[in-house]
Amino acid sequence: MSVSRFLRQTGAAALALMASASGLADPVPWQLNLNPGVTSESREIYALHMAAFWVCVGIGVVVFGAMIIAMVRFRKSRGAVPANWSHNTKLEFLWTLVPVLILIGLATPATRIVMDQYDTTGTDMTIKVTGYQWKWRYDYVDYQGKPVNKVGFMSKLAADSNRIRQTGSGLDPWSVSDHGFKDYLLNVDKPLVIPAGVKIRFLVTGGDVIHGFWVPPFGVKKDAIPGIVNDVWVKVDQPGIYRGQCHVLCGQDHGFMPIVVNVVPKAQFESWLAAQEAQSKLDQAARTAQVGASATPTLAQH
Amino acid sequence: MAHDAALSHDDHAHAAPEGFIHRWVMSTNHKDIGTMYLVFSLTMFFIGGLFAMGIRAELFKPGMQLMQPYFFNELTTMHALVMIFGAIMPAFVGLANWMIPIMIGAPDMALPRMNNLSFWILPFAFILLLSTFFMPGGAPAAGWTMYPPLVLQGGDAIAFMVFSIHLMGISSIMGAINIIATILNMRAPGMDLLKMPLFCWAWLITAFLLLAVMPVLAGAVTMLLTDKFFGTSFFNAGGGGDPVLYQHVFWFFGHPEVYIMILPAFGLISEIIPTFSRKPIFGYKAMVYAIACIAFLSFIVWSHHMFTVGLPIGSELFFMYATMLIAVPTGVKVFNWVTTMWRGSMTFETPMLFAIAFVILFTIGGFSGVMMALVPADFQYNQTYFIVAHFHYVLVTGAAFAIIAAVYYWLPKWTGHMYSEFWGKVHFWNSAIWVNVLFFPQHFLGLAGMPRRVPDYNVAFADFNMISSIGGFLFGASQLIFLGVVIHCVWFSKQRAPAKVWEGARGLEWTLSSPPPHHSFVTPPVIDDSVLAHGDVLH
Repeated sequence: MSVSRFLRQTGAAALALMASASGLADPVPWQLNLNPGVTSESREIYALHMAAFWVCVGIGVVVFGAMIIAMVRFRKSRGAVPANWSHNTKLEFLWTLVPVLILIGLATPATRIVMDQYDTTGTDMTIKVTGYQWKWRYDYVDYQGKPVNKVGFMSKLAADSNRIRQTGSGLDPWSVSDHGFKDYLLNVDKPLVIPAGVKIRFLVTGGDVIHGFWVPPFGVKKDAIPGIVNDVWVKVDQPGIYRGQCHVLCGQDHGFMPIVVNVVPKAQFESWLAAQEAQSKLDQAARTAQVGASATPTLAQH
Repeated sequence: MAHDAALSHDDHAHAAPEGFIHRWVMSTNHKDIGTMYLVFSLTMFFIGGLFAMGIRAELFKPGMQLMQPYFFNELTTMHALVMIFGAIMPAFVGLANWMIPIMIGAPDMALPRMNNLSFWILPFAFILLLSTFFMPGGAPAAGWTMYPPLVLQGGDAIAFMVFSIHLMGISSIMGAINIIATILNMRAPGMDLLKMPLFCWAWLITAFLLLAVMPVLAGAVTMLLTDKFFGTSFFNAGGGGDPVLYQHVFWFFGHPEVYIMILPAFGLISEIIPTFSRKPIFGYKAMVYAIACIAFLSFIVWSHHMFTVGLPIGSELFFMYATMLIAVPTGVKVFNWVTTMWRGSMTFETPMLFAIAFVILFTIGGFSGVMMALVPADFQYNQTYFIVAHFHYVLVTGAAFAIIAAVYYWLPKWTGHMYSEFWGKVHFWNSAIWVNVLFFPQHFLGLAGMPRRVPDYNVAFADFNMISSIGGFLFGASQLIFLGVVIHCVWFSKQRAPAKVWEGARGLEWTLSSPPPHHSFVTPPVIDDSVLAHGDVLH
């Protein structure tokens, strides 16, 4: 192994570690704006958001500027004499037309982005996400065209956050941290693991009431509704830990069912998935043996 | 003659009846009923405000210090229901009761006994609703939107909530019928529709919205009731129902409802700004058409509350475009208010200060509204504090500021005394500053990723939540100044108010004494165009 290659690899690993550690897209104190996120979707949303924001700032400057000038110049105390005109067709036509044009300017990119967001074709992986009161279940349905053999698990608020968030616990929410990010209420016992660089389709549904699957750094938000299966896609290139929360009020612990996604390199994901499948097979075998053992005497009695 | 009909049914003595029960409980007088509506609304404003203080206290810092999460949800739900149905809507009906007959030159409302009934239903509706706090299982806690299946997990409180909403709906519908009947039948000769003050126009259109959508809400909550207690499955997927159906029905009511809470405010601001600019309202007809246009559009935008429920892409695009269109007539209104001020001769009494704050802050709420109309961006904003900031800008600094401005504007007319301008201004500056400290940081919280309706949050959101809570406590406390100003004006103020309280005021209400006689216009007034607020509509 050449030195340069070694440096490159360790450098990349360190970078990946830093990314996952500092959580490129985690909320930070005094944060004022959206995080651009880590997917092409989230970056497009960010650009649209900023365009809309600057349009609003521009209109605000004109409207509020005119108001301020009017309030300074046309005061009775400065001897202003009121004019008596009360309409101007040209002006009124103009300020009906110009906003229409501005809105068309915003609606055009918005339309393009929605169409892209709705295009769930060509995905390489399917994961079913089910919201329950108050935890998430992730079931791996298929990967690269092959069904995944019974890999699925529950994911709920991590024990340390759960202890602290009890009313009157008196414990310090700042005490919880993961690689430097203070992840109170944004950590789980078992995160969702997905591969980097793969277009993934999430099938989102609810088990009891309506929940909401929202991972801000991905620009993905879909309601998890009982009886309905929604789909949404995501493709994350940058490995790391990404955090989100349930966004639809779902009962008393609505604020306590975060979503944590661990995006890992493809090879690492594949070995993880294989291990999970193997484990699931073992569990199944054990369960079958157990059921068989306990079922035999019952059958004998009949 | 409509005037004679309105007078002939009841007392012919033109003085207020003696005795509390006779004067208030059995009242058929539009001014007394208007007063009761306003007092009721102010009471509910403080009760709803108390819930808000509880919410902000729990959110003051991370960790759960004061209450269980379920109680927090009860507070957010009841705060919204009380503020929307108890504070904002009755305040507008109260203002309509007081002012519409006077503004159009009528002796009273067209249907005075129904007027009495529509008010007196409300206290009972809210006693039912508020009593749920003391029930086993607690008050409704699924948000004011009452989404199933969650809301169906509530206890017996659901039945009380549904019944109280039925009562509020009946009250609103009767109020709306009364306002429509009054405006269409009771105008003095010469008060053509397109000469009416804009407040009357705004209310006429709002009344039609109420008639159209309150029955829809009643239907939606009745289906909740039968799903909960009678085994139906309208919204239960397990029984073949559809939880999203509820959202469609609810928001078909809910979006026009948003305009029910803001169109009368547009009307109020359109009265106040010309008065203190000493200049007729700019583009009177455009203002009327803009209100009508907004009212129509309000029926075809409901799904923008549901962009994340998984609508087909065609729906997403249609509702995005329709929603964006609303910005056009709303923009026309804002531009017209600003142009009314332009080349006026302005003074800045308390009503004008609140009206100017309304225009600026409502517009900021409108800006975030346009941003949220963009479907992809809404995927980040939806159900976050960004939304909370948005609708509080349009409802608190929008609707509530307009109501407060109107109260200052007409309080001397109602009571015959001047309020304290000094304390009014103290109230204004405290409200205007603290309301921004309260709600502006919530934009940041939402963008940083804090969901709404959560009782606790990650420590990254701590700083802005603390600022917001401090703003909230001080904004809440500032409203006690308002209470003080009103009490002082009604009972203690020595300064008599003239008939025409404001130098630049135009309109029929200023031709009556302050306070007006018990029956407003016993004989129809002669309308002189120069007394109307929009002098040159004839061009």
